[in-house]
Formats: sequence, structure tokens, C-alpha cells
Amino acid sequence: MLKIENIVKQYANHRALDNVSLEVEKGCIFGLLGPNGAGKTSLIRIINQITAPDEGAIYINGERLNPSHINTIGYLPEERGLYKKMEIGEQMLYLAQLKGLSRKDALERSNYWFEKMEMQTWWKKKVEDLSKGMQQKVQFVATVIHNPELIILDEPFSGFDPINAEVIKNEILELNKQGATIIFSTHRMESVEQLCDSIALINKSRKVLDGRLKDIKNSYRSNTYCIEYKGEELNLSGQQLFEVIRQGDLEETSQITIKLKEGIKVNDALQYLIPMAQIEQLTEVVPTINDIFIQQVRGMDYA
Amino acid sequence: MRKTLLIIQREYLSRVKKKSFLLMTLLVPLLLMGMTALVAYLTHTGGDAITEIAVIDRNGNFISQLKNSRTLVFLPTSENFEAAKLTARKNGSFVLYIPENVEKGANVQLVSEKKAPMFVTNEIENQINNILRYKLLQDAGIDIETLESIKANVSIEYKELTDEGEKETNATAAYAISFAAAILIYLCLFIYGAQVMRGVIEEKTSRIVEVIISSVKPFQLMLGKIIGIGLVGLTQFLLWIVLSALATKVTSTEILPYSVLGALQTIPVGYVLVTFLIYFLGGYLLYSALFAAVGSAVDNETETQQFMFPITLPLLFTYIMAFSFIVNNPNSTLSFWLSMIPFTSPIAMMVRVPFGVPDWQLYLSVSLLIAGFICTTWVAARIYRVGILMYGKKTSYREIVKWFMYKE
Repeated sequence: MLKIENIVKQYANHRALDNVSLEVEKGCIFGLLGPNGAGKTSLIRIINQITAPDEGAIYINGERLNPSHINTIGYLPEERGLYKKMEIGEQMLYLAQLKGLSRKDALERSNYWFEKMEMQTWWKKKVEDLSKGMQQKVQFVATVIHNPELIILDEPFSGFDPINAEVIKNEILELNKQGATIIFSTHRMESVEQLCDSIALINKSRKVLDGRLKDIKNSYRSNTYCIEYKGEELNLSGQQLFEVIRQGDLEETSQITIKLKEGIKVNDALQYLIPMAQIEQLTEVVPTINDIFIQQVRGMDYA
Repeated sequence: MRKTLLIIQREYLSRVKKKSFLLMTLLVPLLLMGMTALVAYLTHTGGDAITEIAVIDRNGNFISQLKNSRTLVFLPTSENFEAAKLTARKNGSFVLYIPENVEKGANVQLVSEKKAPMFVTNEIENQINNILRYKLLQDAGIDIETLESIKANVSIEYKELTDEGEKETNATAAYAISFAAAILIYLCLFIYGAQVMRGVIEEKTSRIVEVIISSVKPFQLMLGKIIGIGLVGLTQFLLWIVLSALATKVTSTEILPYSVLGALQTIPVGYVLVTFLIYFLGGYLLYSALFAAVGSAVDNETETQQFMFPITLPLLFTYIMAFSFIVNNPNSTLSFWLSMIPFTSPIAMMVRVPFGVPDWQLYLSVSLLIAGFICTTWVAARIYRVGILMYGKKTSYREIVKWFMYKE
């Protein structure tokens, strides 16, 4: 769907993007991650044709990015904004028409979305009369009203209360199910884990990591398990199955984190442990995206 | 193209629909008329305070011949000069002392506590000179009848040679129209230019600009805004013209004396109006692009000061030149050049037009103005496209030059 090849964006005294390449598959939810100032917004602005790259090329459905693509993209910028003194309904029609809808279609789709989001009574209101959360909702609708193939959301959940965040999340998932490709840009990793199929990590203008979320997580698995048990303190000396990373007591149970040695299965470890203790729970310790992110970014800082 | 039209439409309608637009449209002509009426009224009645002048006429010839005017009354006094001076000091009145041998060059004195106003001294000087001249001529043996018969009374009839033959002209009407046009253009360039600037700042601070320019090019947005607001200006002018035409139709015969209407008829009103609209549009397009660039460079209106200066300067300069020089020398070389340079021509040329300007100069000036606004729009667009996306940084001139240099 979207292919980004060797993009370079140079500003007067810093390089915002340094040879970044990415590929986003059709119909997936893609997370564009990175700390503030990494270059995410610069990249998004280039995809939206707000600015142009100094080098490199972008393809949408195999076609080089050109003005005809503008109407197929919906963009929710990080810095939200609407005309404060304009009526919500008028504003929605205006923004929809700027995305290429006819006035009639714009009206039809506005009615559909206003009903869906329970905003019918807002039509004649002005933006300054709405709460911040309501404004965000209006802006979200304005982003997707023209049925874009590609939806780019920059920090979509900032500013939403938990209830509305849930509403928006469900709308995003539904749009995705209907075939829209979605790109999230965020520095808040926890929202990404639940939603994204693939991610790319950007730090200091460069892509650090990208791929399917599952593959990335798999590659960071280290055969580490956390076991919760009841019983006497374990005597683990003399075994060749794992090394103990951490050991501690909880209120009623105790906990031990182990890393299996080469070639050892988790069952082997359990068989060894079961005679000694009452096993309550076993979980694999998989690094969160946050851990991976911090590890990567720190690694770059120290390198 | 369709999107630019949409933007023009929004900019136009959102302003025309405002109550303040209707209010301005109705109030401005009323205010103008009211002000004219007030000025006329004040000049008419304000000078009516009567100034009394005590006269000590040692010569004896003058007191009977000094004539009271509408505002001056001459009263003989029996006091001597020193006593009269004291009274004058006390009452703030005037004493006119005419010495005995005034014919031989002795000085007439006018004494008062305050400085005498110009019209008082002029009037007295005139009268005494006349009386004296009369007396000296009579003394030289010329009798009164001959004197009366040779009094010259000339009034000049102004005619202008035009293609249609000789035409009556009226410099006063031309003056009035020049002044009015210069003031109007000057004010309107600022009013509508500032509207463009404020619109750009509003879009930038409310951050909607990023949504809009993900749908249209920054240049389209800027141009749409400029054209939309320009159309608002034109609408307002047309309404003003219609309104004042109606108003004069209704009231003219009663309020305006015939001579004023007659004088107005010596000026080709339609021609002046058309050139006015052309120069308003040209000047507006030229300057509003610059105003838009300024708006894009700042985060709020208070920061605009430093960038406004270079825009205000040429306008203010021409405005002052218009009143101090061009209006008195409409065909001088300086006036010619000021009415050619695009930054000064909208005001300068409008001052010259009522006095008559050769066609070739008009065409040249308008062509230069068009070239000028294409140029400023190009420059402004390059600054604008970068500026609108720069938040929270204090901008300097160096920064702006850098933005201008960025390639697409």
C-alpha cells in the first residue's frame, strides 16, 4: 500500500530524516514509534505532501506520490485545530469538500457520522462552545469523513477521556476491518501493543527497527519465565537446567524468574520444580514494546 | 481550482455573514456624512463669536470709515491709550491705536492681552490700508467718482482643453476628490491587509492550518484567503457607492449647495471610480500578500510589530507625500515616479487622477502594479509555506530569509 524509499529531509541545521525506508501493507494497522523529535511528524508531513523530501521516493499502491493521492488520505495532526467561530456542521462540510467530496456527498456522510457518534445536536454549535473532548471527536470525524484508504493518526488518543478513547479505538478498528490502512504515530507504547500489526521504530532521524509486531517480539524472547509457587524456599543448587535471575516473596506466594539453558524446554524445568513446590502460575517473560524501545534507544545513546 | 474556489467562498461568506460587516457597511457612510455635516456646521457657526475692538483714533479720519464685519465690531473710546490698555488687559479685549500722522508712516498699534488671531489682524490691515489709499488718492486730486469707476473686479474662469473642446474645470473639486481617494486607499489597504494577516494568524494558532494544507497547497490557501477578503472589500465599496448615490439623490438638493454639485460634475466621476477600484485591488493584492507572510511568521498579533514596519513605511511615506507635495504638483517628475513604483502608486496615482493623467502613464502604472503584486505574492508564498508550520519559535528576519531560500 505505502512504500517509503530512502527518504532524506534536511533542514538548515539538522537532518530530520536520514535515509528512512518503510513498507506498510494494505489493510494493516501500522505503528510509527519514536521519542519526541525523532522525525515522525516530518515523515508524516511528507506522506501528506505538506512538505517534500530532499531525497527518496514514496509510492502509494505502486504509484509515485502525487496530488491525486491527497483525497485518499485522512490525516489527524498531533496539534488539533478547528475554526473556532465556525459552526460545526458548516466546518465539516467545508473540510469534506476540501477532500474532494461534492456538497451533496459531504452532507450525506456528515449526517451519517454525526448520527453514529451521537453529535446530531452539535451541528449549529461553534467550536468554542464544545469541550475539548467533543472537539477531538469532531476532528476525528473530519479526518475519516471522505472514506480514506489510508488514515494517518498522530497521537490519536491524547486528549480523550477513557470512554471516548474507547469509542475512537472501536471506530478505528471498524474502519480497518472495512479495508482502510491505518498508521499510528505515537510515543506511548502501551496503546500500540493492543492495536498494531506492524511497527517501525524511529530514533534520531533514523529507522532503528521495523517489522511485524509478533516477529519483533519473538526475536526479543529470551527463554525467560516467571513462576509463582507456594511452599518452602527452594533449594536449587546442583541443577543444570536454568539460571535464576530473580527470587522473591509475595504476600501468600513466592516468585522466581528463571532463564532456561540452551536446549532445555520449559516442561523440563517444571518437572524438576513440581516435586518441590505447589506451582500456581507460569508466564513467559516477553519484553514489552516499551522495553524494546528503551533498550534500542539507550543502545544508540551509548553507542 | 475547485478547492481554491471553496476557500474563497468560505473566506467571503464567513465575513459577509458577520453582523460587523453589515454594521460597517451602514455606519461608515453615515459617519462620513455626519462628519461632513459637522465640519460644515462648525465652520459656519464656530466663527460667530464677536470680537470687540476699542478704537482710539488720533487721526480722526478712520473711525467713521471702519466697517463692522460679521465677527468684528469697532467701538470708539474716549479713554486715553494707557487707560484703554489697562481695560484691555482686564477684559481680554482689543485696543486699536491710530496715531495722528499715520499718513506719514507712523505705526498703527493693536494691543491685547492675548495674541490677536490672524483674521483680526488681516481684516484691520486691509481696512486701514484701503481707507488710507483712498485718502491719499483723493489728496492727490482724484475725485471719488473716478475712483469708483476704475475699481477692477476680476474673477478667473478656469477652462481645460480636452478632446471635446473647452471644459470648465474646478481645481477645488479635484483637490477634494484627491484627498478623499488618498485617505480611502490608505485606510482600506490597512484594514483589509490586516484582515488577511489576522486570518492567517487565526489559522496558525488554532492549528487548523495543518488539516487544510493536507488537502490543498499552502499557495492555494493563501491565494483563496486574499481573494476572498478582497471580494469582501469590493462588496463593501459597491454597497457604499450605491448607498451614497441613493443618499445624495434624496438629500442633495437641500443640503449641498448647487455650486458643489456643479463642481463635482466637472470631474468624470465614473472614470475616477473605476481607477479607484483598479488601484484598490492592485494595491490590496500587493500588500495583502506581504501581510499574509507576516501573519505566517508569528504566533500572535503582538509579535507582528517588528515585521509590520517595512510594510507601513512606504504607505505612510506616500500618504504624507500625497498631501504635502503630489496634490500641489500632480504633474511633477517626483509625482510621476511615485505613481509608477508599485509600492507607492496606489495612493500617488489616485491623488493625480482627478487632475487628469495621460493614458499611457495610467497603463504603465497599472502594468507595473500587476507585475509588483505577482512578485510580492511569489515572495510571500515562499515564506508563508514554511512559516505556517513553525510553532512556538520567535522569528527573526534572518529566519525568514532562510525560509525563503528553502527549496520546494
